[in-house]
Amino acid sequence: MSAVDQSRIRNFCIVAHIDHGKSTLADRIIEKTGLLTSREMQDQVLDNMELERERGITIKAQAVRAIYKARDGEEYILNMIDTPGHVDFNYEVSRSLAACDGAILVVDAAQGIEAQTLANVYLALDHDLEVFPVINKIDLPSAQPERVMEEIEDVIGLEAHDAPLISAKNGINIEEVLEQIVKKIPAPKGSPENPLQALIFDSVYDSYKGVIIFCRIMEGRVRKGTMIRMMATGAKQEVVEVGYFGAGQFIPCEELSAGMVGYITASIKNLRETSVGDTVTDDARPCAAPLPGYKKVQSMVFCGMYPADGAKYPDLRDALEKLKLNDASLQYEPETSVALGFGFRCGFLGLLHLEIIQERLEREYNLDLVTTAPSVIYKVHKTNGEVIDLTNPTNMPDPSEIEYMEEPVVSAEIMVTSEYIGSIMELCQERRGRYLGMEYIEASRALLKYELPLNEIIYDFFDALKSRSRGYASFDYDLKGYEQAKLVKLDILINREEVDALSFIVHADSAYERGRKMCEKLKDEIPRHLFEIPIQAAIGGKIIARETVKAMRKDVLAKCYGGDITRKKKLLEKQKEGKKRMRQIGSVEVPQKAFMSVLKLDDKK
Amino acid sequence: MSAEIELYIHIPFCIRKCNYCDFLSFPAGEETRKRYMKALFTELKGRSGECGEYEVSSVFIGGGTPSVLEPDTVEELFRTIRESYRLHPEAEITLECNPATADREKLKRYRRAGINRLSVGLQSASGEELKTLGRIHTFGQFLETYSLVREAGFTNVNVDIMSALPGQSISSYEKTLRAVLHLKPMPEHISAYSLIVEEGTPFYRMKEQGTLFLPDEEEERLMYYRTKVLLAQAGYRRYEISNYALPGYECRHNKGYWTRKEYLGFGIGAASLYREARFVNSSDMDAYIEAPMAARSAPEPLSAREQMEETMFLGLRLMDGVTEEAFKAGFGCGLMDVYAPVIARNQADGLLLYRDGRLWLTEKGIDLSNYVLAQFLL
Repeated sequence: MSAVDQSRIRNFCIVAHIDHGKSTLADRIIEKTGLLTSREMQDQVLDNMELERERGITIKAQAVRAIYKARDGEEYILNMIDTPGHVDFNYEVSRSLAACDGAILVVDAAQGIEAQTLANVYLALDHDLEVFPVINKIDLPSAQPERVMEEIEDVIGLEAHDAPLISAKNGINIEEVLEQIVKKIPAPKGSPENPLQALIFDSVYDSYKGVIIFCRIMEGRVRKGTMIRMMATGAKQEVVEVGYFGAGQFIPCEELSAGMVGYITASIKNLRETSVGDTVTDDARPCAAPLPGYKKVQSMVFCGMYPADGAKYPDLRDALEKLKLNDASLQYEPETSVALGFGFRCGFLGLLHLEIIQERLEREYNLDLVTTAPSVIYKVHKTNGEVIDLTNPTNMPDPSEIEYMEEPVVSAEIMVTSEYIGSIMELCQERRGRYLGMEYIEASRALLKYELPLNEIIYDFFDALKSRSRGYASFDYDLKGYEQAKLVKLDILINREEVDALSFIVHADSAYERGRKMCEKLKDEIPRHLFEIPIQAAIGGKIIARETVKAMRKDVLAKCYGGDITRKKKLLEKQKEGKKRMRQIGSVEVPQKAFMSVLKLDDKK
Repeated sequence: MSAEIELYIHIPFCIRKCNYCDFLSFPAGEETRKRYMKALFTELKGRSGECGEYEVSSVFIGGGTPSVLEPDTVEELFRTIRESYRLHPEAEITLECNPATADREKLKRYRRAGINRLSVGLQSASGEELKTLGRIHTFGQFLETYSLVREAGFTNVNVDIMSALPGQSISSYEKTLRAVLHLKPMPEHISAYSLIVEEGTPFYRMKEQGTLFLPDEEEERLMYYRTKVLLAQAGYRRYEISNYALPGYECRHNKGYWTRKEYLGFGIGAASLYREARFVNSSDMDAYIEAPMAARSAPEPLSAREQMEETMFLGLRLMDGVTEEAFKAGFGCGLMDVYAPVIARNQADGLLLYRDGRLWLTEKGIDLSNYVLAQFLL
């Protein structure tokens, strides 16, 4: 297996708008290539994280190798790299693309081109990938393959007249996709004789093997015993094992050489030594320069994460450290809160990413978490000329020291059918959007361009977009830069005590509204106490909203006789148990979930 | 003096299930009733060995509506009890009775059979409220039953009333209270509950659907205070959260529950506390009729900790509270040794009072009793 003929290798990925059937197509390709029998097939083989399967989305890029016997009689090695479809994970998509020579563009035959179709296809073209389209879901009654073909040619400029018309779900025409992979995607280049140059496109942590690096060998070769060096971090290790990817398993092999996709283990224990996007080279015979495109990922959304039980802080730290390895875009650093104790300020690519990390921490690491309101990075220009990056509202300087503040702004593209243009424009208006223009993709669909403050879209913009367009709008964005804005810090006082974990930064014009909603929400979440509890929202000491949790008047069981005693005791026990899940703030006990409730302020429209 | 024990006998039959009722009770045909009573007698006889050294200080026949039983059956019940147990000559023997289920003859024969206390379920004096509750009787029928009860010679009578009913106003509740106090003679005992909407009842379903209109918290509290004031004026002493009695007429049987006296329960779903273990009969009617002696769950022995917890959360329901003396006798240590921080905290909050070796709930503490009692769980 060591002498692999490069011309028989195809390294590719599948790009698509979310829900256009990328993962299903990946499953069919694995099935068709006979790597697994139909009976062994579980749905969505590639999405092996429990969470991915439940949410039906692909979070992590993963790879699989399949053998395909083509119509020309030759056997080809197909290395398929699955990529996430959500806008939050653009950097992961870009890393995966860099490891490929070509891409399949999946377009839904009923939906046509969507915002992320465009974003992903442009990303693929930027990486010089050979892209060919596939039209999926042709079995749907509403499928219009002819129209979609035209759209692909007109809007993207890709040849589409011979695009395979398939149904990944029902296994129709998958063979044709495989043939086109062989015909249209170029074989990898690079020479095994050159110095080693490999791109890390992913890595996972395994408790036995240590860090497992997923890489594409661009030049040279690597085998057991090679002393490798990561060019960005400088870490060196001797290779313990190399191999390639079966479906859901690692298969060791002798050597990985130029053009191949596989994995390397090298007893790497320090999780920070392998950065996704970094170049691996041979320490004894290094390549001249690292591969281009490596960038330190920039988190866009920040929040505090605290263990519900303070004693679990070390567990949270370990869990974050492990997750970080599987997810290069996760950032975190320790912080403390008066209300919540020891925890971490974590940075994410977006709100979905935040939610996924939170769920994985809770599920895979059995942690009970308290999460504070998400924030973006604000630039605070102080009167003394200093500029600080603010990720935690608690650290906002006194208003008297602030000359002005800037907030991140994104350029957003929203694709929407014409009947919903009005309501989507209204939504963008409400979110302080600046209208840039509109293009008609076809008679009934338009691409709206807006500039929007990032902090207006991190809460519930996706949900609002979907509900106001009945699911027909799609959305993509890019960070554009910073703009000056009138921002204020909104503080929440519970029983006249400021709760740092509930403070957040908001545009002055919407401060009153948010403050009011927040007080209402907290009023519902905080149980009655023996005394009355005022809940107030304040800006710089000035109260702008107030609600009151009334004092507890009655909490009594009228009856308790012989047969009831065990049942009543259970009731009292439950009551006692409930108290344990509270955070003490001054003399007030606040349920853990109150801190999270501020995330969902707009959900009851 | 030999140790005392109480007997509870469950009669799971009624004419029709009320809308708030979550007790183990249902309408049943003649045949089922007969077979059930037969099984009950078998259980009573079969268990007599457990009470060898005990003297039975009270018997409570609860339901359901035990007054649906024919006098012959009640007579047979007491023959069985007397044959198998040592019934104290002055034992308190209560039967629950609903208006419109007992006539003159029946009541007289109940009395002769040995019943010396009747608990009559009135719930409300308003016809409309009775209808809402799904009761089978009118206020007029209650008055008739009440006078028959007195005529039959019962001198220890309880009347049950309820507050916080759907559609009830403070004035309509006060009418019920006054109507009870106008009875001649006044009942010796009054149980005044506020309605609890229990899961599985028609009221619960209505509440879920938003069609049950309960008085708000403020009104409910006012009803509660009216009860206390009016009954106190009439000479009743509140001795438990929801129970009021004229001097000397506190219900001994129920007080037994709150002071952790031992008791044995007979019939489906009946619970027992015996030799510091709790157990309960299965609620499966067919299984019980088949094998009444096999219905009992495995006894769950109570640890010293659980005994202490029970002593507190049951004992504090009584207005007299828990005495240092009784606690020490039971556990060999003082209340303060175990509960000093809880007692201090709740005293400071005005919910408990601890004086002269006795701990009890204040007025405010009664209102918030769950909050207080939960803190006594160790």
